[in-house]
Amino acid sequence: MKTEYQKAWFFVLPVLFLVAFNALVPIMTVVNYSVQETFGNNVFFWQGLDWFEQILRSDRFQAALGRQFLFTFLILIIEVPLGIIIALSMPRKGFWVPVCLVTMALPMLIPWNVVGSMWNIFTLPKIGLLGYFLNDVLGINYDMTQQPISAWVTIIVMDVWHWTSLVVLLSYAGLVSIPDAYYQAAKIDGASPWKVFRYIQLPKMKTVLTIAILLRFMDSFNIYTEPFVLTGGGPGNSTTLLSIDLVKIALGQFDLGPAAAMSLIYFAITLLVSWLFYTLMTKDDAQ
Amino acid sequence: MRKRSLIPILYIAFLMLPIYWLVAMSFKTTNEILSGFSLFPQTFTLDNYRVIFTDPSWYWGYINSIIYVSLNTVISISVALPAAYAFSRYRFLGDKQLFFWLLTNRMAPAAVFALPFFQLYSSVGLFDTHIAVALAHCLFNIPLAVWILEGFMRGVPKELDETAYVDGYSFPRFFVTIFLPTIKAGVGVAAFFCFMFSWVEMLLAKTLTAVEAKPIAATMTKTASSAGYELGLLAAAGTLTIIPGAIVIYFVRNYIAKGFALGRV
Repeated sequence: MKTEYQKAWFFVLPVLFLVAFNALVPIMTVVNYSVQETFGNNVFFWQGLDWFEQILRSDRFQAALGRQFLFTFLILIIEVPLGIIIALSMPRKGFWVPVCLVTMALPMLIPWNVVGSMWNIFTLPKIGLLGYFLNDVLGINYDMTQQPISAWVTIIVMDVWHWTSLVVLLSYAGLVSIPDAYYQAAKIDGASPWKVFRYIQLPKMKTVLTIAILLRFMDSFNIYTEPFVLTGGGPGNSTTLLSIDLVKIALGQFDLGPAAAMSLIYFAITLLVSWLFYTLMTKDDAQ
Repeated sequence: MRKRSLIPILYIAFLMLPIYWLVAMSFKTTNEILSGFSLFPQTFTLDNYRVIFTDPSWYWGYINSIIYVSLNTVISISVALPAAYAFSRYRFLGDKQLFFWLLTNRMAPAAVFALPFFQLYSSVGLFDTHIAVALAHCLFNIPLAVWILEGFMRGVPKELDETAYVDGYSFPRFFVTIFLPTIKAGVGVAAFFCFMFSWVEMLLAKTLTAVEAKPIAATMTKTASSAGYELGLLAAAGTLTIIPGAIVIYFVRNYIAKGFALGRV
């Protein structure tokens, strides 16, 4: 049991101060912009909740939000099962373990804009390895700058390449914590591989999978740099995800009011969905 | 057993293909890249790397990035250590709420913060300094460091603390000479994560700098847009950004699985 000790607050003060400086001041700036209108020169007019209403009703926001949910849904439904399958088939002991772990973690340590550039070079028609292979060897018409479907497949595959390892490493950490005795008992009982997975491995992976799904949700929902470098949101608006749209409004058109209102709606959705995931996935523990 | 190891092998091959292509491109001349497809560099050249290592506007990008990443790692870990200790050992008013609030900052889209951060750091006169980027990255790295360290510290039995106090250790002396060595794997893993997320982030780093502290990521985008066909140079610069990560990951290879589980298995 933890002891009650109010002076422990002094231990958290530096963290509180640094994070508050970085979080509260900017978020208050955003709130401030979201309820006002400006025509420059630092003159502001009270606007109330008009911007929020305008954003929520706009087709542009709804379309970007729809694309964002589709993207995140596809990412989760591909990366989580794939990550579990790879983790299950990895070696548990020996020389190959660190080799696997290090090579798998490598994509996550590459700066996000380099990931975008790398996939750009990789998929260029005629010049890139994948672009050449698809177009000239397999004869598939593939051009990311023209076809929305090619662009979508590319950003999905890029994200699978970039982040599936996170799910793999987390699931693997859960798997290696299972004592051998569990497997021996299952063998004696003659349990099928599916039963072993369902009743031994999956429950042991539950905590880490919760973390994996939460992290993958947050990061894929907030994704900006990689698709921006790769497609710039195009062709047309087909890969303009929420963050890309937000930056376009805020820094491209400098519409601070609508951009601020959109930021707050965006943040609220991320928080709400994360909280829902978290409560749903930890519900059984509480009982 | 044979058949099962096919899956990781295929997966690793898939991971390595784009990286191979980037490295191969970096050794090609611009002429060769534009003239068509070749699986291996035909005229092997180091010119792209020579440009980066001789032009200050290029290599200072790397130095700037390494400076702010190191600063951020040191700041994040040193403030997160006492906080994680408090969360793992004590109950205090609002502890759960505070912990959750910290984590919500990990969920904030960087795009939301880009413009306000620019204004905030300009108004306190820190714009275009390394410390500005290092402090800004604390937004998501401190919560993460606290989370990881708390996980590792929870695994250390409380009896260790109590015995040390009975033996007459003061808190600071206990913390530095006994507690820190016990959780050094956790500190290593937390530092690794801070390094990683600060190294890969680029939207805030780019927004908060102009010339003096410009990160390598921003140097690369400038080159990409101004000299559109310098693909070889871009590939060489990209290849060099992989190296620091690869070095750091080598040092934590034995803790990496547990580290990714944030100490919670």
